[in-house]
Amino acid sequence: MAELEQKQVGKKGKKKGRKKMSTRIDLTPMVDLGFLLVTFFMLTTTFSKPQTMEINMPVKPKEQLKEEEQNSLKASKAFNILIGADNKLYWYRGLPQEPIEPLSETIFGADGIRKVLLLKNSQIENMVVLIKPTNDANYKNVVDILDEMNICNIQRYALVDITSADLDAIKQFTKGQG
Amino acid sequence: MPKVKVPRKSTLIDMTAMCDVAFLLLTFFMLTTQFKSDESVVVSLPSSISEIKLPDTDILNITITKDGKVFFNIDNKNFARERLLARISEKFPELQFTAAEEKAFVLTGSIGVPLNQLKGYLDLDEPDRKMYDQPGIPIDSTNNELGTWVMQGRLSNPNVRITIKGDRDAPWPIVKKVIDTLQDKNVNKFNLITNLEADPNKLKGV
Repeated sequence: MAELEQKQVGKKGKKKGRKKMSTRIDLTPMVDLGFLLVTFFMLTTTFSKPQTMEINMPVKPKEQLKEEEQNSLKASKAFNILIGADNKLYWYRGLPQEPIEPLSETIFGADGIRKVLLLKNSQIENMVVLIKPTNDANYKNVVDILDEMNICNIQRYALVDITSADLDAIKQFTKGQG
Repeated sequence: MPKVKVPRKSTLIDMTAMCDVAFLLLTFFMLTTQFKSDESVVVSLPSSISEIKLPDTDILNITITKDGKVFFNIDNKNFARERLLARISEKFPELQFTAAEEKAFVLTGSIGVPLNQLKGYLDLDEPDRKMYDQPGIPIDSTNNELGTWVMQGRLSNPNVRITIKGDRDAPWPIVKKVIDTLQDKNVNKFNLITNLEADPNKLKGV
């Protein structure tokens, strides 16, 4: 378009006998430069800013206090999640010695632990979730469970060390399954 | 019979529109993205629904790799890195750094060497330093250097926010040790860096 119009202007100029210089500039190098910079920015930058998940740990208590604190938790309110090796997930309610609901296995994701959590959270008032990763768990599993707490809107949860009773319970459970 | 004249068409194309597009894209990329951080360690993050954005400054980052190595990094706001190194050599009189080493420390990213190897690591040339396979910071209970780094890092920048950037497959005992170290230093609030994942509750609402 611009080209056509300018050509006409040029002809008119000729008629008058005055030479008009074309104002057209070759923009090709500028386009080259533009795309070079675009490529550069595409390759050296990242889009998403990383997200963060804020987590508050309780102030580390002295050893004697810890026992008391654990005992003070009402067994009926406790919901334990155990994270095992190879993305295995177990849960039970109550204390490890005398569970209210026995240990059972579940899976990560919407059909597994989330269903259980949502159900129990609506049944039990002031439920407290104790997250106990075993030494074979990996970081992703733990973050997934912490995330599950956010998804299910569970306000009270804690990241707790696993006890030997819990480990025994898992062992027995897997043995029972064959 | 006159010859049929085939009008010669110019092969010139008007580049204005293309130029517009190029610079539009350029502006878009410049405004929406940010530079990749110059990290020597590659970590694939787990994902969560959390939408809190990580600030650019006042960050003390602890990276945990797939094989359980621990790295330490702090941003250089208000020369925090320089002050941190000064504090380290104050605390460990046997570790005195030259001006060149100090400069290298400020410019380098994550630190993943034990303190006794730090000097040697900083003496390396920049390309060599990037290639160097860092063994990670010791976090054993007998020799917990991460604790020292965190402590001194917080002293050199009191506003610092502590973040943990763990690989998906990082073994939990190592992460646990890092968290325990932080708690020993009275850091009970920290951030876990994750990727964004769609929130199923929000998806349902659509």
